[in-house]
Amino acid sequence: MSKSGIQILHNKHTRAIKPVRIDHCQRVTLLMKQHIGAPCVPCVKVGAHVLAGQLVGDSDAPVSAPLHASISGTIKKIDVVRIPSGEDVQAVVIESDGAIAYTETAPPHVESTEDFLQAVRRSGLVGLGGAGFPTHLKLRGAAGKVDTLLVNAAECEPYITVDHREALDNAEIILEGIRHICRWLQIPRAIIGIENNKKDAYYLLQTRISDFSASAQLQTQISDFSASAQPQPQTSDFSASAQPQPQTLDVRVPAVDIKLGVLPSRYPQGAEKMFIHSLTGRVVPLGQLPTAVGVLPMNVGSVAFLGRYMRTGRPMISRSITVDGGAVAHPMNVRVPVGIGLRELCAFCGLHNVRPAKIILGGPMMGGASPDLDAVISKCNNAVLLFSAAQANLKPESACIRCGSCVAACPMHLQPLKLEQAYLSKDTEALKKLRAAACMECGCCSYTCPASRELVQRIRLGKRLLLSSQKK
Amino acid sequence: MEPLQDQEPLAIVSASPHIRTARTTRGIMLDVCVALVPALLAAVWWFGTRALMVTVLSVGCCVGFEALLRLARKRPQTVGDLSAVVTGLLLAFNLPATLPLWMVPVGALVAIVVVKQLFGGIGQNFVNPALTGRIVLLLSFATQMSGAWNLPNGHSWGADAIATATPLQLAATRAPMPGLLEMFVGHRAGSLGETCALALLLGGAYLITCKVISPLIPACFIGTVAIGSLLYSGFDFTFMLQQLLSGGLLLGAIFMATDYATSPVTRSGKVIFAVGCGLFTCLVRFWGNMPEGVSFAILLMNLLSPLIENCTAPNVFGEEKAKKPKGAKKNEA
Repeated sequence: MSKSGIQILHNKHTRAIKPVRIDHCQRVTLLMKQHIGAPCVPCVKVGAHVLAGQLVGDSDAPVSAPLHASISGTIKKIDVVRIPSGEDVQAVVIESDGAIAYTETAPPHVESTEDFLQAVRRSGLVGLGGAGFPTHLKLRGAAGKVDTLLVNAAECEPYITVDHREALDNAEIILEGIRHICRWLQIPRAIIGIENNKKDAYYLLQTRISDFSASAQLQTQISDFSASAQPQPQTSDFSASAQPQPQTLDVRVPAVDIKLGVLPSRYPQGAEKMFIHSLTGRVVPLGQLPTAVGVLPMNVGSVAFLGRYMRTGRPMISRSITVDGGAVAHPMNVRVPVGIGLRELCAFCGLHNVRPAKIILGGPMMGGASPDLDAVISKCNNAVLLFSAAQANLKPESACIRCGSCVAACPMHLQPLKLEQAYLSKDTEALKKLRAAACMECGCCSYTCPASRELVQRIRLGKRLLLSSQKK
Repeated sequence: MEPLQDQEPLAIVSASPHIRTARTTRGIMLDVCVALVPALLAAVWWFGTRALMVTVLSVGCCVGFEALLRLARKRPQTVGDLSAVVTGLLLAFNLPATLPLWMVPVGALVAIVVVKQLFGGIGQNFVNPALTGRIVLLLSFATQMSGAWNLPNGHSWGADAIATATPLQLAATRAPMPGLLEMFVGHRAGSLGETCALALLLGGAYLITCKVISPLIPACFIGTVAIGSLLYSGFDFTFMLQQLLSGGLLLGAIFMATDYATSPVTRSGKVIFAVGCGLFTCLVRFWGNMPEGVSFAILLMNLLSPLIENCTAPNVFGEEKAKKPKGAKKNEA
């Protein structure tokens, strides 16, 4: 990524706090579309009683992932709700019965790649980094075509610390997940990529990797840390909290060559193409998938989930999220049932004022804003930010001064100021020529603009305009 | 109205990103003004309070014209962004301290009204406003603009000062030049803000440190002139340094050629633009019939800037498809 991208305040306030589990909540709203692809069809009836982990929705469409009840209780209603993006999505609402009762689960029985992919599909896992692409499809596409698994623990968005905590709290589980994926997809090696602002997690993973695969050749990549000669995590409470009990390992899992890669903490380091380039030097050709260059990038949370799933067989019904922002009294990471409402979440974390001035689902760079607290957490939400009025008010927009900051910042080497002009003059030819479709909407251009132009939003609209003009 | 009270006011909804840089247009322009302060102080030191009068008048006219025009055309007021102040300062720096005061508003009128506002205001002008103001004055009032230079003498008023020629005029007639040190501190004839190299370099360093400008344009511009004068003189280093320290080269390379609106936004475009500025400066200085060519060089390259920008569009990340398998091979090892 070299010079492009932006340097932003990390604001990782919650990094030192162990996540809190919320197992019980009064109701969950399970959106039938929590992934890229066809929405699920509810397979439960109103009034029925479900246990946590029970299937509530699935689809026959190839691009889909099943949905499971995240709490035990009664199906209160099956309704259409409007999500913050403006889409209307069918949703199953479960009212808790007060008990925390799970369905019986057993570790999936896997003997072949196909078994593994089927098991991953049954788990309901989607990319937890935010994109929400069904994981079983991603793995199927990568089987046999990939020489390296890249585990993304870069976590470059400000505030969010769920991946950081995952690496600190569940290092073994992550390594197990890596081994399962590598075994069943015949991938010889894996690299865990982590930004250099998470040194504690880096050292912890380093130790765990050497413990875990003493036989495997361990080779850490050239790191910024080697010079600092500080082999212990720097903050003492990290080392205290980040010492999980030694666990018995699954002996069926063979050793894989696992390496650690240090990345500069620069946004958007965790973006797939930048992440792959920084770790392997490979450039994903425009319009192609990472498998084209022989890599399989996966979010560290997804890998950890798979490690856990292969042990227990419990499907994707909960996830960690960071709750932070100026309006939150107790910023923290919480592990919540999928579908929990923001109102219940806010009651748990506490709000400074009566209400937050801005409610963001996801990180401050790419997350979407919700007008009210009626929104619910889906599988691919990694944060909820509740901004105070001071944080929510942005500078007014003024004329472009052609300073070129957006051009310098764009990690895809686009020219945002020209794309904006092309959109404003509805010039689809220019949008095409300027490669509007290559924009990944990371928001660096808008962030860096001194005139506060809504660059990325207009490029987004330009992409849609281009698509609709091509369909005609 | 009663039911509304039950309703919770909605939170702000806007497109991502939800955090923005603290930099503003106003902040950038303020930084440029700060960077110009050393040169202003040097101008007052060498040319007396007359230099200050010209500067204040120029800034006042630029801000006044912009405010009046925006008002007359019922457009949102933009003088708060301080860009008119920068234009005013730069215009003044390009004028001799002895210029009859009534000519200053003429230059400001051309810069702000004709070049900047009539083409749409900040960011829309296709040539540098201050520079165009200077060139219009130069072509209209050649005598006052380049004939009656004052040898700087900080404590004298215009009337007492000794009329002399600028170093470049001296060079053209093969007359002896002032010493290099004198030229570096600004003790030479010239436009009021261009003489003190020390102050201009300080300002440039400030702008580069604050990331207002990239060092690319000044470095390539000055570098090209340096190489050009070495080649022209048969590697006479004193001649080269005289060329770098004379005329409006430093003022032009650091403050005028780096104008956002009229220089390319791409990196390679900036290099081509700056090298072009340097080449045309050398052409005019060594073979033209005018002693100084910086203004004309920048003006010409301003006009070529959109073309350069189109030809140097960066390669989109991942666009070169043919070359990439080598990366996959290398990592296998």
